[in-house]
Amino acid sequence: MLKGRHLIDPMDLSLEEIDEILDLADEIVANPAEFAEVCKGKILATLFYEPSTRTRLSFEAAMLRLGGSIMGFSSADSSSAAKGESVADTIKTIACYADIAAMRHPKEGAPKVASLNTDMPVINGGDGGHQHPTQTLTDLLTIRSLKKKLNNFTIGFCGDLKFGRTVHSLIKALSRYENIKFVLISPQELRVPDYIKEEILLKNNIEFEEVERLEDSIHQLDVLYMTRVQKERFFNEADYVRLKDSYIVNLEKLEKAKSDMIILHPLPRVNEISVEVDNDERAAYFKQAKFGMFVRMALIMKLLGVEKC
Amino acid sequence: MLNIDSVERGIVIDHIQAGKGMEVYKYLNLDKLESSVAIIKNAKSNKMGKKDIIKVENEINIDLTALGFIDPNITINIIENDKIARKINLQLPEEVSNIVKCKNPRCISSIEQEIPHIFKLTNKEEKTYRCVYCDTAYDGKA
Repeated sequence: MLKGRHLIDPMDLSLEEIDEILDLADEIVANPAEFAEVCKGKILATLFYEPSTRTRLSFEAAMLRLGGSIMGFSSADSSSAAKGESVADTIKTIACYADIAAMRHPKEGAPKVASLNTDMPVINGGDGGHQHPTQTLTDLLTIRSLKKKLNNFTIGFCGDLKFGRTVHSLIKALSRYENIKFVLISPQELRVPDYIKEEILLKNNIEFEEVERLEDSIHQLDVLYMTRVQKERFFNEADYVRLKDSYIVNLEKLEKAKSDMIILHPLPRVNEISVEVDNDERAAYFKQAKFGMFVRMALIMKLLGVEKC
Repeated sequence: MLNIDSVERGIVIDHIQAGKGMEVYKYLNLDKLESSVAIIKNAKSNKMGKKDIIKVENEINIDLTALGFIDPNITINIIENDKIARKINLQLPEEVSNIVKCKNPRCISSIEQEIPHIFKLTNKEEKTYRCVYCDTAYDGKA
């Protein structure tokens, strides 16, 4: 039962619950008009303590397309946090006005604190470098929709695998499905943290390899997940400049890739996917953004316990 | 070996890993007690080679959760009339609250003072505790 629950960590959801959300998302994709008024009279609060236009707009578009309303703030400066209000007090107040909330916060665990202080469903919209469960649901829906399965494939993660929370969350989520091989492509400095390798991959006997060059391993991939090397995750400029261009996918590299491989990216991209790739059939990152809205529609419906009219 | 008077009525905290005696003393706030407290460092032990022991005169309430978190191998002997009346073996607690603080500077608990510092046991064999907010593992240092 998902009604009334929070979504803080992608692992909060069982495989059955993920299927339930993805199945509903499929229905919405097929017949969006049937869902246009299911959340009429409901309010989603988007509490964004740091800017994230894309995620916030995706949540807001999702609620609006369900016939609901939205309110919120898009930076800590324009919220009561600027006056020193705690996350706990903010959520208790917002719960008086809204039916469901999506929160993004620069500090890790802030949405968890919110969830511990209210019965209103709280969705983690990203907390620092920690978790971003709706991105994970987006990725799962995109892979399932385009590859028609969530098992028996090889996925390559490329770029910043150390600080990329979307990567950590997706590895965790995919580790529960059968026969998925992971190829982890990054410079030494940006490898997947040890705890992901030890507690997820090694512990569950999941096949994986760590490589440094995309062109050496692209041929074996069914899914290529690109990530941005984020400047804000670095402690000094020199390291950022040295590493940001290391991993770029372009048409030349794609020549070695399978014809039905799909390229995903949580967006926004900087230069890690050349614009020339956008017209290639394998480019799926803008479709992924659209799936993100559909999966958030499904999630909002499930957490609110709203049914199709 | 150094002689410390035996306890007629009180508590002996035994099998403390050598060198951790002061840590236990601190966690249990024994400095606030009026009664006699003895810390024996590096006592000979058949089982451990060396160990620390703490003897407390009079029975006191001990936070077994905190002690189990510090070292589940510690044993507690309750002494009455010069004899061991009860032995308590400790266990790793599933959750500890406000015993240690999260060291992750990016954790929400680092900026909001009133949030309780809660750690959950995530791997019993490895004795891994993780912050419930940010999942950072406790590194064993207070």
